[in-house]
Amino acid sequence: MAGIILKKRSTPHGVKIPESKPTGNKPIETLPFPKKAIVPLHQNLGVPCEPLVKKGDSVKTGEKIGDSESYVSAPIHSPISGEVTGFTKLIGPTTGRLTDAIIITADGRNTWEEPEAAKDIAALSRDEIIALVREAGIVGLGGATFPSHIKLSPPEGKKIDTLILNGCECEPFITSDHRIMLEYGEKILLGLGLSKKVFKPDRIYIAIEDNKQDAIDHMEELVMEMGLDRNIRIVPLKSKYPMGGEKILIKVITGREVPSGGLPLDVGAVVQSISTVKAMYDAIFDGKPLIERVVTVTGLVERPGNLCVRFGTPLREVIDYCGGIKKNVNEILLGGPMMGTSCFDLDFPVTKGVNCILAKESTPVKEENCIRCGRCLDACSMDLIPTNFVKYVKNHDYAACKKASIADCIECGACAYSCPAHIPIVEYIKIAKGELANKKRIKK
Amino acid sequence: MTQEKKFLVSPGPHLWRNLSTSKIMYLVVAALMFPVGAAIYYFGYHALLIMAVSTATAVLAEYGVKKLRHGEFTMDGSAIVTGLIMALTLPPTIPWWMAAIGAAFAMAIAREAFGGLGHNIFNPALAGRAFLAACFSGEMSTWVLPMHFSVDAVTAATPLNESFVWHADKISLYKDLLLGNVGGSLGETSALLILIGGIMLLVLGIINWTIPVSYIGAAALLSFCLGQDALLQVLAGGLMLGAFFMATDYVTSPITNKGRIVFGVGAGILTVLIRCFGGMPEGVCFAILFMNALTPLIDRYIKPRPYGSQRKAAQ
Ligand code: SF4
Ligand code: SF4
Repeated sequence: MAGIILKKRSTPHGVKIPESKPTGNKPIETLPFPKKAIVPLHQNLGVPCEPLVKKGDSVKTGEKIGDSESYVSAPIHSPISGEVTGFTKLIGPTTGRLTDAIIITADGRNTWEEPEAAKDIAALSRDEIIALVREAGIVGLGGATFPSHIKLSPPEGKKIDTLILNGCECEPFITSDHRIMLEYGEKILLGLGLSKKVFKPDRIYIAIEDNKQDAIDHMEELVMEMGLDRNIRIVPLKSKYPMGGEKILIKVITGREVPSGGLPLDVGAVVQSISTVKAMYDAIFDGKPLIERVVTVTGLVERPGNLCVRFGTPLREVIDYCGGIKKNVNEILLGGPMMGTSCFDLDFPVTKGVNCILAKESTPVKEENCIRCGRCLDACSMDLIPTNFVKYVKNHDYAACKKASIADCIECGACAYSCPAHIPIVEYIKIAKGELANKKRIKK
Repeated sequence: MTQEKKFLVSPGPHLWRNLSTSKIMYLVVAALMFPVGAAIYYFGYHALLIMAVSTATAVLAEYGVKKLRHGEFTMDGSAIVTGLIMALTLPPTIPWWMAAIGAAFAMAIAREAFGGLGHNIFNPALAGRAFLAACFSGEMSTWVLPMHFSVDAVTAATPLNESFVWHADKISLYKDLLLGNVGGSLGETSALLILIGGIMLLVLGIINWTIPVSYIGAAALLSFCLGQDALLQVLAGGLMLGAFFMATDYVTSPITNKGRIVFGVGAGILTVLIRCFGGMPEGVCFAILFMNALTPLIDRYIKPRPYGSQRKAAQ
């Protein structure tokens, strides 16, 4: 029998980051449920939800408490059972926007909302699966938080021939997907079956970086055991950042380039994160909406680990469970060190987009002149000239940025990582993108 | 309980490669120690004096200009690199104060007047050398044979001069060129030691192969086609030093690898043309300066094709 593990692949771009994933061998622990959950109504890319409950209402675990009429949104469910004791406003560190949040005080019983009558999963149609995914509030858990039901519904006439399951986890420090693969491999493959039913792809790839050999082996074993080896292939990839970026994965695996301004489906491909697929399993097989996720808590904390955290749990409780932060910590990141965002206090709750909490000591670095060394060009997977964006932004020449395809930048930060002059290139790029977006809005 | 505390909010990414401009500069200085050592071995104390004066003047000139313009001076090592490289292009008998003038011109005019590190168009060390060649043409073209630490200098032609005569066989000429037992500027002595320094930079990832290979390759090929002794052309004069240490200067060479190859080939061709048909025995300095001037143009036309854009981009 031919092996299902393909030859290892790599990309000429990107950066090699020294191995730094100390929590890869820490099994997932479940964090005690919060006594008070603060649930923001904006947890996805797109439109925020409207609350469906009011102060004084009692809610059950998994009960829908927020939803939106808009297509580009995903409902929000109560992470615990208890009473709605108020509303508050907070600034989402990942979205940067002010959003409403529902405060729920726990009754300590964790009573689940009765799931609807068990369904015959094999008989579910494509549209039924998509509807269930939407109802469960599932968004892309790799970090983008794009509502999954949209990804599952490519426009008529777009044939998806390649489905890629993304288990790369190329950001340093984050190990949540790694652990999910090792501990919930079956659920991933069953969830993948649902995606397969939706897309009817010709080929399915599971992409895993070679710093997770145990996950590669484990997934191979499971695929064989479950008799799925006819259509699933595992692609080991060289550990390089940002290997897990959708567009990069598609190029490395299929050789196709997503057209500028286009979507993966324009080249017949779809990339789903393994944790998203696992959430699809939970929703459809177990009737559990998305109310928790695995978060890697790492960096300068006393006991780093991988925790399953209910949404709405304040960061403080997560960090305290891990023994607290060390004295010299002066920055808390949500997400990894490359694309994560700083969070200024620990009252902020864990949301759908938080895959990692990283405590670190930052020393300010001084930005120097660009010495035109070309390292940012070598690092850029999108083949842009990052240093030119810096030059254009300094001259307020945003039109030049646009012409140089700034919209294609995926803000991965590989360029800034490699820059010996420590220029925060991505920051300049964000400024230019913001200016261009404003200009567009004014024109309208 | 975790204490009440507000945390920093800083832009990403929050991780940097363990590399900085000054680290790069000091690694170049370290690699330069090979030709510097050879210069001292072959030309004695005076070589040491010239290099010390040139380096010190370069650092002081940068400091002075930065202070005058109320800028911030950081000892990033780039002035040391410029001072040392310029000294290596000078004849061994040049008076020390000329080296000082050259180094001051290099830093104050060729670099700081253009806006400082990263903004200069011309390689400052070579601009300094060209300035000296224009002002003091006599001293700048007096060549002596290596006299080590003795004081008696014997004037001689460099291997690239028309009047250069070699009485022994070819093999021993190549050997002397490799080891450095020939006349020439301070840094043009041992091709082998320059190569070692250059390979060190390649291995450390400070420079990549594009410019040295295309420069040396183009020069060798063209001299071969012109019926010259290609090996002599490559080993003699400042070509090795130029290809590894001067043409590879980040600031004044193209930013893309394709552009760098064009740059290297151009510099190689020009060097040989100047040597064979120009009025000067040596062409490295002016070849590189000329390509420096073309660099903005090369960068304008040679760009990577962004991922996902049409293969034949309209304009
Ligand atoms: S320019 Fe954008 S896509 Fe390219 S390396 Fe920088 S952040 Fe990544
Ligand atoms: S990596 Fe930094 S110093 Fe080098 S070219 Fe890019 S922006 Fe300039």
